[in-house]
Amino acid sequence: MEFLEVQGIYKSFGNVEVLRGIDFSLSKGEVLSIIGSSGSGKTTLLRCLNLLEKADAGTISVNGEIIIDAKEEDSYTDKEIRDKRLRMGLVFQQFNLFPQYNVIDNLTLAPKLRVKEDKSLTKEEKAEKIEAIIKEAEELLASVGLSDKAKSYPCEISGGQQQRVAIARALMLKPDILCFDEPTSALDPELTGEVLRVIKELKSGDRTMIIVTHEMEFAKNVSDKVIFMADGVIEEMGEPNQMFSNPKSEKLKAFLQKSDEKF
Amino acid sequence: MTFWQVTLNLLDGFGMTCAIFALTLVFALPLGLIISFGSMSKFKPLKAVVRVFVWIIRGVPLMLQLFIVFYLPGFLFGSPIFNRFTATIIAFSINYACYFSEIYRAGIEAIPRGQIEAGQVLGMTRFQIFTRITLMQVIKRIVPPMGNEIITLVKDTALARVIVVVEILFVAEELMAHAIIWPLFYTAVFYLAFVGVLTLLFGWFEKKLSYYKV
Repeated sequence: MEFLEVQGIYKSFGNVEVLRGIDFSLSKGEVLSIIGSSGSGKTTLLRCLNLLEKADAGTISVNGEIIIDAKEEDSYTDKEIRDKRLRMGLVFQQFNLFPQYNVIDNLTLAPKLRVKEDKSLTKEEKAEKIEAIIKEAEELLASVGLSDKAKSYPCEISGGQQQRVAIARALMLKPDILCFDEPTSALDPELTGEVLRVIKELKSGDRTMIIVTHEMEFAKNVSDKVIFMADGVIEEMGEPNQMFSNPKSEKLKAFLQKSDEKF
Repeated sequence: MTFWQVTLNLLDGFGMTCAIFALTLVFALPLGLIISFGSMSKFKPLKAVVRVFVWIIRGVPLMLQLFIVFYLPGFLFGSPIFNRFTATIIAFSINYACYFSEIYRAGIEAIPRGQIEAGQVLGMTRFQIFTRITLMQVIKRIVPPMGNEIITLVKDTALARVIVVVEILFVAEELMAHAIIWPLFYTAVFYLAFVGVLTLLFGWFEKKLSYYKV
């Protein structure tokens, strides 16, 4: 069994079928890119993985453990949903940093709250853990090259820096799989590089990642596996080199041609 | 009557004005939040009831509401339930809570969905998301409209005189019975001073929150 197993995911909004049976799997440490035109269901798939949307059918398991079973999703308690969400991290297109907190507090807010609400810990243990969280946040900030911005507020740093903070924030909760929803689409072209570099570094750190992206060149470089989605199904799936240089399906051929035409 | 005597008399009434103002805020600010939750509820019947309630309260003159709270219980049950001051606070609190609730609602609904989702994927509870993420952003957004509404409240307190609550304007009107009219105009100074202080306070608060942008 693979590290991540996604089976038979269906999702409709009203009468619109957005996902019509999605199956794929991913090994630990692999990077998967999902490409496809707008409206193909890429983002919805990512949101189902993170329980921001409830899938109508299907299962998702991580490390052999079923974390989402659409049949039972209604019976999950709030606590269960919160714990399941932590198996997956998500980096948003719009960064979604919390504007009223500085960079370091953006990183530590959620983990600190988890320590504070843990009733099994004594006061001293909590203080110790919180100290460890702050230390970890500082290390993560250094790893995305933003140590000097720890006390800055999101409105004071560039979009690229904000997205790097958002990546560090997602990593704070040690997700099994880190998902990116078009992480560079809201950025000026000259700022995409710094974000993509950080993601690339994470790959060398053996992180399992799923990246929804429009950056074809990046997808080609960084991925172990590429999924091309069209109309709510996986149209084609495979190795990046083969997918980009030798696409099988007509839809993928047309899509790649169009994304080349942009220039 | 000397200027000082009049001033002292008016100050007495002004104390009552301040009491109505302060107590109304104490009750209406939290009550408004509860009402705003009701008016945004996913449970349709509750939402409908709350929205109709807000429509009624905002649709009927506050003066009439004062009469209703003070006189209606007596009319129905033969004896009044609330004294004049309590009736005033009840009427004002409910009335202002409804206006506040709409300001809160606008503030809450303006929070980008992504902020809440960011909290969710980080494993935060709904309560934590509201208190730690949404609330501060809502506060920043609603300071200007709340300032407006609170300044209106300062002057609306004058309505309490219709059920014989002795606030500043009531005192001034009483003095008119002694054929002195100028204290009536003099009351404006008290209102202006009060509103001036509030304006400065809101300006300071807005500046204090300007370290971040929403």
